[in-house]
Amino acid sequence: MKPAPFEYVRPDSLPAALDALARHAPAGRILAGGQSLVPMMNLRLVKPAVLIDINRVPGLADIRVDGGELVIGALARHAALLASELVAKHCPLMVEAYRCVAHGPIRNRGTLGGNISHADPASEMPAVLAACEAKIGVRSAKRARTVPATEFFTGALATALAEGEMVTEIRIPIAKPGQGGAWRETANRKGDFAMAGVAAVVTVAGGKCTHASVAVAGMEQPGVRLPAVEKQLVGTALDAAAIAAADRMAAEVVRPGGSYHADPVYKRELVETLTTHALAAARERAR
Amino acid sequence: MTLIPMSLKVNGTRFERAVEPRRLLSDFLREDLDLKATHVGCEHGVCGTCTVLVDGQAVRSCLSFAVQADGCEVRTADGLAQGGKLSVLQQAFWEKHGLQCGFCTPGMLMVATELLERTPRPTKAEIEEAISANLCRCTGYYTIVESVQRAAEMMQEGAK
Repeated sequence: MKPAPFEYVRPDSLPAALDALARHAPAGRILAGGQSLVPMMNLRLVKPAVLIDINRVPGLADIRVDGGELVIGALARHAALLASELVAKHCPLMVEAYRCVAHGPIRNRGTLGGNISHADPASEMPAVLAACEAKIGVRSAKRARTVPATEFFTGALATALAEGEMVTEIRIPIAKPGQGGAWRETANRKGDFAMAGVAAVVTVAGGKCTHASVAVAGMEQPGVRLPAVEKQLVGTALDAAAIAAADRMAAEVVRPGGSYHADPVYKRELVETLTTHALAAARERAR
Repeated sequence: MTLIPMSLKVNGTRFERAVEPRRLLSDFLREDLDLKATHVGCEHGVCGTCTVLVDGQAVRSCLSFAVQADGCEVRTADGLAQGGKLSVLQQAFWEKHGLQCGFCTPGMLMVATELLERTPRPTKAEIEEAISANLCRCTGYYTIVESVQRAAEMMQEGAK
């Protein structure tokens, strides 16, 4: 099918984009990479009256380090992030997860800001950003604010973005010594949406886990951390018994939902196994 | 209905057109420019047969609006053969039977073009990764991989 008619606006600066978003609220939608929005438009699942194309807004795709944070512009393409030396150095977990994200042509166009604004529960990046304790920079014509990743995602395809707001950047605390992260997922084929995925980040000092964050993808909601599992890991040596207890708990506390390829029972089993592998790999990298 | 004027290069030729914003790049190429090599399969970004190069990057033309290509340089499978002579890549597909029904071929050619421009000597794994973006419903993947390997060899020989 073809998209329904819409008005097209192509601002050449961030203030112009925010003005357009305010002017056209609530009918206006931001067009970034279009790899989720345009399929939905082609299928007429969404019919925005106005598209605000931000692809030519300068500076919005920058990847840089600012103080203790890796700062990623909302328009940074998946392909650029996968290839970025800064991301590889400061957030290797993201690179590992990106190897599972879609395929070349999709990664050439798709953006991190667009991906998280779409908030697909099966998508890798909401879980990665939740596990990394990232903050999402959000702006409207009137104000700028920062939202923790776990609060940014409010449900399937739902975010904390208010009318007239857009994501402008993603801020990730850079990986510290003693910290290790890992991503593990199961999909039908490489590049498909995950049936289940687990992001684990652990910090080890003096042989003990001092901090843990575990987040899951492929469940009912995107960007969900598992605080009960994290609490159980802190203070342990992350030995086999501690990990086994944590992965059993992860399988219990997730809200898996069902999908065509994986029912809730199977998803819980996947979470259990993937948590084991993600935690073991994260522990090795923390050394 | 507002038409937006735009100008772009396709396979080296400059075109000036006015388009409706919702015009997909795939339909623009096929219907407005009468360049029929780009195929349209699923029309929601899954099959990859509509893949073209925009400023050297492989993209799904069914997930881009034509108006977004304003000022860009687009390459399609129409432009691969020169003066009635198959390109090296096309010749390799011919020799290695890299196509059966041919519906996926334009997309396969364009992802392979991007791959070979970036990675002149790709490994088998790199070729498989590149073409994993696209579906071949004849499931002729083995011969497509062999075709791209053969093309890389022919390009190396030609460069000597």
